[in-house]
Amino acid sequence: MSEAHAVRPDSDEASLAEAVDFVELDTLIDDEFSKDKENLIMMLQAIQRRYNYLPKPALTYLAAKIGIPYSKIYEVATFYSTFSLAPRGRNIISLCLGTACHVRGAERIRERLHDILHIDDGQTTDDKRFTLESVRCIGCCSLGPVMKINEDMHGRIATDEVDKVLGHYE
Amino acid sequence: MKIQSLEDLRAISRKTGKAIYHPDAVKVNIGMASCGLAAGAQATHDRAKAEFGNDTGIMICQTGCLGFCEQEPLVEIMAPGKPRVIYKNITEDKIADAVNDYRSGAFEKKKWILGQMKNPVGITETDVSDPQAGLTPLEDVPVLEEIPFYGKQVKIALRNCGYINPDAIEEYIARGGYQALMKALKEMKPAAIIDEVKTSGLRGRGGGGFPAGTKWATCAKHHGTRSIICNADEGDPGAYMDRSILEGDPHSVIEGMLIAGVAIGSSRGFIYVRNEYPLAVKRLVTAIKQAESLGLLGDNIAGTDFCFHIKISTGAGAFVCGESTALMASLEGKVGRPRAKYVHTVEKGFRDNPTNLNNVETYANVPPIVLKGGAWYAGMGTADSKGTKVFSLCGKINNTGLVEVPMGVSLRDIVFELGGGVPKKKRFKAVQTGGPSGGCIPEAYLDLPVDFQRLAEVGSIMGSGGMIVMDQDTCMVDVARYFLDFLKEESCGQCNPCREGIKQMLGILTDICAGKGKDGDIELLEELGTMVQGFSLCGLGTAAPNPVMTTIRYFRDEYEAHIRDRKCPAGVCKALFHYEIDPEACTGCGVCAKKCPQDAIAGEKKKPHLLDPDKCIKCGICYDACKFDAIAIR
Ligand SMILES: Cc1cc2nc3c(=O)[nH]c(=O)nc-3n(C[C@H](O)[C@H](O)[C@H](O)COP(=O)(O)O)c2cc1C
Ligand code: SF4
Ligand code: FES
Repeated sequence: MSEAHAVRPDSDEASLAEAVDFVELDTLIDDEFSKDKENLIMMLQAIQRRYNYLPKPALTYLAAKIGIPYSKIYEVATFYSTFSLAPRGRNIISLCLGTACHVRGAERIRERLHDILHIDDGQTTDDKRFTLESVRCIGCCSLGPVMKINEDMHGRIATDEVDKVLGHYE
Repeated sequence: MKIQSLEDLRAISRKTGKAIYHPDAVKVNIGMASCGLAAGAQATHDRAKAEFGNDTGIMICQTGCLGFCEQEPLVEIMAPGKPRVIYKNITEDKIADAVNDYRSGAFEKKKWILGQMKNPVGITETDVSDPQAGLTPLEDVPVLEEIPFYGKQVKIALRNCGYINPDAIEEYIARGGYQALMKALKEMKPAAIIDEVKTSGLRGRGGGGFPAGTKWATCAKHHGTRSIICNADEGDPGAYMDRSILEGDPHSVIEGMLIAGVAIGSSRGFIYVRNEYPLAVKRLVTAIKQAESLGLLGDNIAGTDFCFHIKISTGAGAFVCGESTALMASLEGKVGRPRAKYVHTVEKGFRDNPTNLNNVETYANVPPIVLKGGAWYAGMGTADSKGTKVFSLCGKINNTGLVEVPMGVSLRDIVFELGGGVPKKKRFKAVQTGGPSGGCIPEAYLDLPVDFQRLAEVGSIMGSGGMIVMDQDTCMVDVARYFLDFLKEESCGQCNPCREGIKQMLGILTDICAGKGKDGDIELLEELGTMVQGFSLCGLGTAAPNPVMTTIRYFRDEYEAHIRDRKCPAGVCKALFHYEIDPEACTGCGVCAKKCPQDAIAGEKKKPHLLDPDKCIKCGICYDACKFDAIAIR
């Protein structure tokens, strides 16, 4: 749905292929998801949890293994916004841009993040330290504006605190 | 042990009832739903364990969300012979003092106390006498049920949230859980169950408000391998009642689905949970395992020949997957594109078989209806909307949180009485209901009794129950632009009116917000909106113009100010305002100058400061920081 997920031209697929553990992938597909096509989305989620993004070699392997064309897998991987086909940063910033956070100033937080990190939604800093991914409500609206970094929730953040919060992540 | 009868449930209930109402020791219940955790409940819990873990006189336990998210972390403490007291904002540094305050009986931390609970008994508990009977209430401590936030609430869907440990099926059973299933299985014919749901008048809580009983009846009529699906996609930003129910009381949803299974004749259930709710998934997995081990889920439930299995699937971040046909496609592992409903999903849905899909809150309402009867439920609410509805209050409101009130309570009561009004003495502007498919309701309609019909009459919808309050600092044109931006991203793109229409409308609104609005833009928006409403395929498209249409209807002057005067009165659209320091109001305290990231503010201490418009990036830090309202929007 958004352009931000397109494969980056600079991603070096040959070197990435080495990084994918096919034996492990095989077990995952067989044991956890019983090779069932209906579990495709959850398989992709598991692969992304493991590699922090969806490496192409893993997807082509998956396609062959469960018997659906790679194009279908690509379609699913690009339709749903949580999937990334390009490697992401070491820290994922999930900035909530849901309505409740929006009226409490989430847009200003986004601008502040842009000023500091020079990245927009879906982009990764050059040093691979941060990837910014906006989300629409994580159900903690009472603490808005909310920013989740990796698994840590930062609620009621003020524009002038953004710097300090980012400082906790290497 | 496998449960076979009502008597088996009662035996568990008797045993566990003691632990939840009359614990032998001081029991510390920490609210650990996502909202609590985000406010630091995990640290509170860990510290409590470290302080009191070895103390046999103190039990540290977890529970779900009591609804008052604004005051999280909430900690409830109880002990034999004393009223139950809820402490608020108990971060880790306060937990030891709070426990000691309660244990010693001093109750000196009055400011930390939210209230004492008068009656903890839940709506499905039929055979429990008041566990608080004979206790002397504490003096000078408000009664929880009487503070305005809880005053008008009637908890049916939220009956157990915050009262039980969601990871303990025994506690759910102790509060009357699974008795409705037992009644449905052993005492009722499927048609009688459906009749009861029809009598209750229960309408779907996911947005459309379709009568649940009618949907069940039609699904039961069609032949094939029927499925029961629970829609836990909760895509409406600002609504989180489904999350709270799943995290605080997962069994209520499972029991509701089981009853639907019995009534409709289905043995497979699916729960589709959005990706952003990992804790809900975790709680559901635990709940399903526990129900299976007690024989309440799986094969031959309670010794009958009824079998039911539940699978959990997670979404992957697509709002449109909350739409029923898209959700079913997504469950099948495909992209979530809605399809036209010439053939309804109750006839051909998931895997082309009859499918009954309801929302989380809808299912959570079912067990009490079966247990207490449809007429009891229909006794609450308005002519066209029965029972209660959970609303999530957020945005510019003092008491953010979840409230469950009978249908028909006025918006004013919800926003100003339960919600405590708008913070910082700002002026109320509108309340947005129904999320991206809903509308903005202005002050003039605050006395509107909230039900499906009345909200539709003013151009909004009930939706899933999110209520976002907006104040003078919210720009209504920007809000309209915001929703369209959201919908442009989330449109699946398969039909033209939605894909292109939303984009065009967004373009116009973006121009208006950037100061490039033209005469005739408003009319063009209305024309495009009517087209998108009329010709889109699914509900995402047909409802997409609602936020624009209602803001034009009620806040046309704001649109005109943007277009004609090139002004954003709320100070949101950056191209259309600037900040100035009001020399009359400025005390020269210097806070703004210190906080400005651009060094755009300067001045001598105790003298009015000056703001350099060339350096200012309108980040608003000074506006928020000034305690004297000296930063003016011009
Ligand atoms: C774009 C769109 C998004 C929706 N999102 C949700 C949702 O997140 N949760 C939900 O329960 N219903 C959602 N719905 C409504 C469902 O299609 C469906 O009507 C509802 O889940 C049926 O359950 P109910 O009758 O119990 O309300 C959505 C509808 C549309 C058109
Ligand atoms: S109305 Fe929009 S979301 Fe719905 S099917 Fe058409 S393009 Fe997709
Ligand atoms: S809108 Fe941000 S958490 Fe709900």
